[in-house]
Amino acid sequence: MRDSGGMGANGTDILTAGMTNDVVPWVDDLIAVRDARDEGAFIRVFGHFGPRVKAFLMRTGMDAALAEECAQEVLVTVWNKAHLYDATRASPSTWIFTIARNKKIDVLRKQRRPEPEDLPWGPESEPDQEAVIGLQQESEKLGRALRDLPEKQRELIEKAYFGDLSHSEIADQTGLPLGTIKSRIRLALERLRHSMK
Amino acid sequence: MTVKHHLTDDLLMAYSAGDLPEAVNLIVATHISLCDECRAALGSYDAVGGAVLDTCTTVEMSKASLNTVLDMIHAQDTQVQDKPVSTRIKDDVLPAPLIDYVGGGLENVRWRSAGMGVKQAILPTSKDATARLLYIPAGTAIPDHGHSGLELTLVLKGAFQDEGGYFGRGDIEVASEDLNHTPVADISEDCICLAVTDAPLKFKGLVPRIAQPFLGI
Ligand SMILES: [Zn+2]
Repeated sequence: MRDSGGMGANGTDILTAGMTNDVVPWVDDLIAVRDARDEGAFIRVFGHFGPRVKAFLMRTGMDAALAEECAQEVLVTVWNKAHLYDATRASPSTWIFTIARNKKIDVLRKQRRPEPEDLPWGPESEPDQEAVIGLQQESEKLGRALRDLPEKQRELIEKAYFGDLSHSEIADQTGLPLGTIKSRIRLALERLRHSMK
Repeated sequence: MTVKHHLTDDLLMAYSAGDLPEAVNLIVATHISLCDECRAALGSYDAVGGAVLDTCTTVEMSKASLNTVLDMIHAQDTQVQDKPVSTRIKDDVLPAPLIDYVGGGLENVRWRSAGMGVKQAILPTSKDATARLLYIPAGTAIPDHGHSGLELTLVLKGAFQDEGGYFGRGDIEVASEDLNHTPVADISEDCICLAVTDAPLKFKGLVPRIAQPFLGI
């Protein structure tokens, strides 16, 4: 069992009543890495995500040795860029996926990856806990929906993300409930824009 | 925000999955910098990627890997990290992803004349698609024409109008191969666009739709 506490640097307990580690795993650890540079939390994140990132990179076509090396670099990036993690806009899995994907583009396509302009945020824009919980629960729901898809359809989506497939036809018919998660992220962005004014 | 013309779902999903040419990534990232609607939609596709990562089988990391990684973060924490140009420069016309490719603000763009007052600047991306900035004088009407391959046109300054509608700052036109229309740059000010074509580097496909007539093709 993990007992990382879920305390942000400003003392807010991100895991409020009714939200357990089973519902939103890894948020508290990632926030401890972000706000407190907590190495214990980082080691737990490493233990969980390292083997998944390595498997993901191997599915995109890397051999085991290269995937191992790249997975290590992905986890180093998790540590270095933790200050950019916003729990109202992405689950830990989502955020770490984007880092692994960028590593894949960097290594396999040998290209830079243009990223959208960062939305600055910091201690002044206090994360809304309800928004954090809502987004994380929605991400869990999406994960379950993906696992519950008929095998053929699930494989199609996985292939698109592993890069074995062009996806012009898949996007509109993923069969996944993307509407709610999109509107949650939209709300988080509105809050962020508002707090920046 | 007043963006009315957005990215398509297949472009957003492909950007999330990381399967697009660099030049197309650049125009997607630039539009998202100006459009929270698409930023949120991208977030939902990234969440699918997160769910895929979650459901991945696991492959054990080597025994030494944790210590290797801890050594790396200890070594790096004391280093000064290189920051991209865009964190140092702000520009009213160019969002951060373009500042990185231009190497500065609008005044740093190396324009080349394309005739009839139109100017262009090709940006340094991989060769599987081409990104260029276009400068089109105010009020310039462009005759009917077709084009080949995927063509994406994002307005950065000014506006243009065609059968697809009115395109202002932040709006992106995703043109299909058979689209035949008459874009007109708005009379009120000169128009600056980012145009991306995915056609191979042959002359016809190289020239973006909006500038094609000026280039004498
Ligand atoms: Zn948009």
